[in-house]
Amino acid sequence: MTRPTDDLRDDPCRPRHYRPPASAPVPPEGPAQDAIELSHTRLLITGALFLLAFIVIGARLVEVAGFKAGDVHFASSRAAAKPLATRADIVDRNGVLLATTLDAPSLFANPKLIDDKRGAARKLAAILPKLTESEIYERLNSDKSFVWLDRRLTPRQENAVNRLGIAGLQFQGEGKRVYPEGHLTAHVVGYVGVDDNGLAGIERSFDQTLMRGDQPVPLSLDVRLQYILRSEIARQMTEFKAIGAAGVIMDVRDGEVLALVSLPDFDPADPGAASPAELFNRAALGTYEMGSVLKIFNTAMVLDDRVATLGSSFDATKPLQVGRFVIHDYEPKKRWLTVPEIFEYSSNIGSARMAAEAGADRQRAFFTRLDLLHAPAFELPEGTPLYPNPWRPINVMTIAFGHGVSISPLQLAAGASAVVNGGVYYPPTVIKRTDGTPPNGHRVISATTSTDMRRLMRLVVEGGTGRLAGGSGYLIGGKTGTAEKDADGHYETHKLLSSFLGVFPINDPRFLVLVMLDEPHGDVRTSGFATGGMVAAPAVKRIVMRMAPIVGIPPIDQNSPEIRRSLMVGLPNPQGRKLAAN
Amino acid sequence: MNFARTDRSAVAQWWWTVDRWTLAAVGGLAAFGSLLVMTASPSVAIHMHADRLHFIVRYFAVLPVAMAVMFAISLQNPRTVRRIAVVGFVISLTLLIATPFVGVEILGARRWIEVGGFSLQPSEFIKPCFAVVCAWLFAKSREQPDFPGQWIAVGLFAVILMLLIRQPDLGMSVVVSAVWFTQLFLAGLRIAQAAMVLGLGAGGLAAAYFTLPHVTSRVDRFFDPASGDSYQVDRATDAFLHGGLWGVGPGEGTIKQSLPDAHADFVFAVAGEELGLFVCLVIVALFAFIVLRGFTRLLQENNLAVVLGASGLFVQFGLQAVINMASTLHLMPTKGMTLPFLSYGGSSFLALGLGMGMALALTRRRFGGEPT
Repeated sequence: MTRPTDDLRDDPCRPRHYRPPASAPVPPEGPAQDAIELSHTRLLITGALFLLAFIVIGARLVEVAGFKAGDVHFASSRAAAKPLATRADIVDRNGVLLATTLDAPSLFANPKLIDDKRGAARKLAAILPKLTESEIYERLNSDKSFVWLDRRLTPRQENAVNRLGIAGLQFQGEGKRVYPEGHLTAHVVGYVGVDDNGLAGIERSFDQTLMRGDQPVPLSLDVRLQYILRSEIARQMTEFKAIGAAGVIMDVRDGEVLALVSLPDFDPADPGAASPAELFNRAALGTYEMGSVLKIFNTAMVLDDRVATLGSSFDATKPLQVGRFVIHDYEPKKRWLTVPEIFEYSSNIGSARMAAEAGADRQRAFFTRLDLLHAPAFELPEGTPLYPNPWRPINVMTIAFGHGVSISPLQLAAGASAVVNGGVYYPPTVIKRTDGTPPNGHRVISATTSTDMRRLMRLVVEGGTGRLAGGSGYLIGGKTGTAEKDADGHYETHKLLSSFLGVFPINDPRFLVLVMLDEPHGDVRTSGFATGGMVAAPAVKRIVMRMAPIVGIPPIDQNSPEIRRSLMVGLPNPQGRKLAAN
Repeated sequence: MNFARTDRSAVAQWWWTVDRWTLAAVGGLAAFGSLLVMTASPSVAIHMHADRLHFIVRYFAVLPVAMAVMFAISLQNPRTVRRIAVVGFVISLTLLIATPFVGVEILGARRWIEVGGFSLQPSEFIKPCFAVVCAWLFAKSREQPDFPGQWIAVGLFAVILMLLIRQPDLGMSVVVSAVWFTQLFLAGLRIAQAAMVLGLGAGGLAAAYFTLPHVTSRVDRFFDPASGDSYQVDRATDAFLHGGLWGVGPGEGTIKQSLPDAHADFVFAVAGEELGLFVCLVIVALFAFIVLRGFTRLLQENNLAVVLGASGLFVQFGLQAVINMASTLHLMPTKGMTLPFLSYGGSSFLALGLGMGMALALTRRRFGGEPT
């Protein structure tokens, strides 16, 4: 096919500008020639297609790398790379820090970069108290290129590790949740898990809000009152060797919880070390048969529904036999008692007769209105109340003096607030009401009934079971409660749940203070008694005396005519003169 | 390097007759590849819990071998190239048939076989050899109408396609089919027949979409990124964005660290992040230059077998680059395909040396009398 070209190939001196044709000098002829020419034409087409493809790729490159910068679709990964917002703080009503997040880097190592592993382990062990030298060496002596050493170091530890100058040790930025008030607010604030996810308390119920991290979450708590409440309760708990205690301070005018304590409590920085009993919130999650403090509701119901008046009397001459049950009085008067006397002396017999007069339907409806029969919409986990079903006549009578329904101390406080504040129920909250206006409440009793109830509660302190709450210089009204704890179906005489619910100033209620002791034991000073009036009332008195200056309530001359008049219980007594609250 | 024009040694003759511009372009690509494997592969190696130099060491071990293969083969004349291709084709076809039985399974596909401590992918080697063998068969049947070269080529193609799909290796099947079709087209296939073959190809792809689950998923993800994980492609796009016009500098890339295939199929994205738009355009231009310059030289070639063989090799080279870059840039569904000379890959690198060596040999300036 080709012609010899020896003349060209053998002449090394041929002129440079003379280039031999690229291939055989003689073109083929016939069909072969056609085939070659066709292939050349089609090669041009193929080449054009390739050129087009490369131009498209080049254009796409310019588009992506040069002009796409603002495109939302491609911004996705940068959003993910943005550091997560720091978890928001939790503060009290005055802005005191209850929970915050500090920078706490975590230490990891690339063992492949560490030459002297024994030396590194020895030096690190001196800085990291959680790990021993051999543990560190074991981790460093692996063939991985990433091992965690310790999480959440202090700034001092971080500095010390950096000063070692060991290559292969690196930090990852992390936050450490810190609770400056420690035990004090543990049950309300709660705690977080190792990855900063809320596991209890406000940390859990406001987890999403806190993770957004825009602004602190303000609680309705006042740490000063919280401190007073906790210290006084702890004192009673120690003195009377109780297994537990709870306390609530509530603003009766809007349901804000100013203090909420459950003892024993725990360190929120180390919840893993806490026992179940310590983690249990008795004030909100625990439900109890609270005993006679529920006479507040029983009496309010009877008065408000006009089943009886302040002047009505009920037979309390002897224990009341109902089927196989016998209802006794703790301090029997063995005579007919007026409604104020029944309340003042906490007569179970009289209360049961009052309730029987009202009937099951009325009682159930009233308890429902006060939100006592289901867990309220509270920000902390709430215990579900227990109540009888069916609601039989015997239940009506026992519920009158606080046995037969179990409610949480928080529910009790919210319901009692409604009874004394003029008759409007506000759902309890631990979140600060920021707009200043009271929330939507609903009326549960009339203002007149509420005024009557305040006067009756003052009677309890003046001369009734709550005398030890008196003499503080502040006008405290309240009600004692001493319940025998239910154990396997019967009530145990020596296992008591003793409480006192105080309200002050009772002539114009602002604050409710509830103290509850679980299984207190009487001592010499109480002559062996462990009733609510003996063990809880003194604590409420001291709490009021300590908190009043803080909340700006001045002491009062309780014998001034003005005050006496405002607390007069309007009924003719058997002697025909007004019974003064004295 | 310089040789006297009077030097009649094989190397000197090679130097004066080989396409030195193409050689330079290949050298440029290999230089970019050397740079990128050093910056892209350590993070991948660390993720695999291998030594950080794992891929770098292997790349630089294979690079000289591939270059030596390319050089040695480009010294040969067309007839020897054809013989090498036939021998290579027979060997790699045998290995390809054996792969399902003795091969190792990696990521759900059986494509590799262990040969003396190395894993080889026979399908990589069959590509260039098959292109040259087919070219010879087509040309032969043109010159000698009684020689059934076309039909032999059709038969061989059917066998190879079947073997590749069974692996399954759709990307390789597409490339082999495209090269084979281009050669058929260049050899003078009538337009009607060409349209018919193209229709068959489209039907095949549609069948692959409906019968092979991983193909379905990749295509779906391309058209609707929300339908599945488009992590690598999204990251690749971010890498180009991050790099911008001038890149963040070699070794300074950060997005590359979250690209699982940064050293192989997505090496172009690393180039985009670290070297920037302009260098990427240079890389595209180098590929375009190699392909188009090869074609240009073939326009002056009068031997049909050489035209078909060399254009098949260039088409294969160019198509691989186009498919890789297009899928990295989200212009088409992702397809496991290496970027010639830039991606890490043992078999593909050696096969590239073989293919480019044969292409260089076929496009050398020849003077009458050299056996074709």
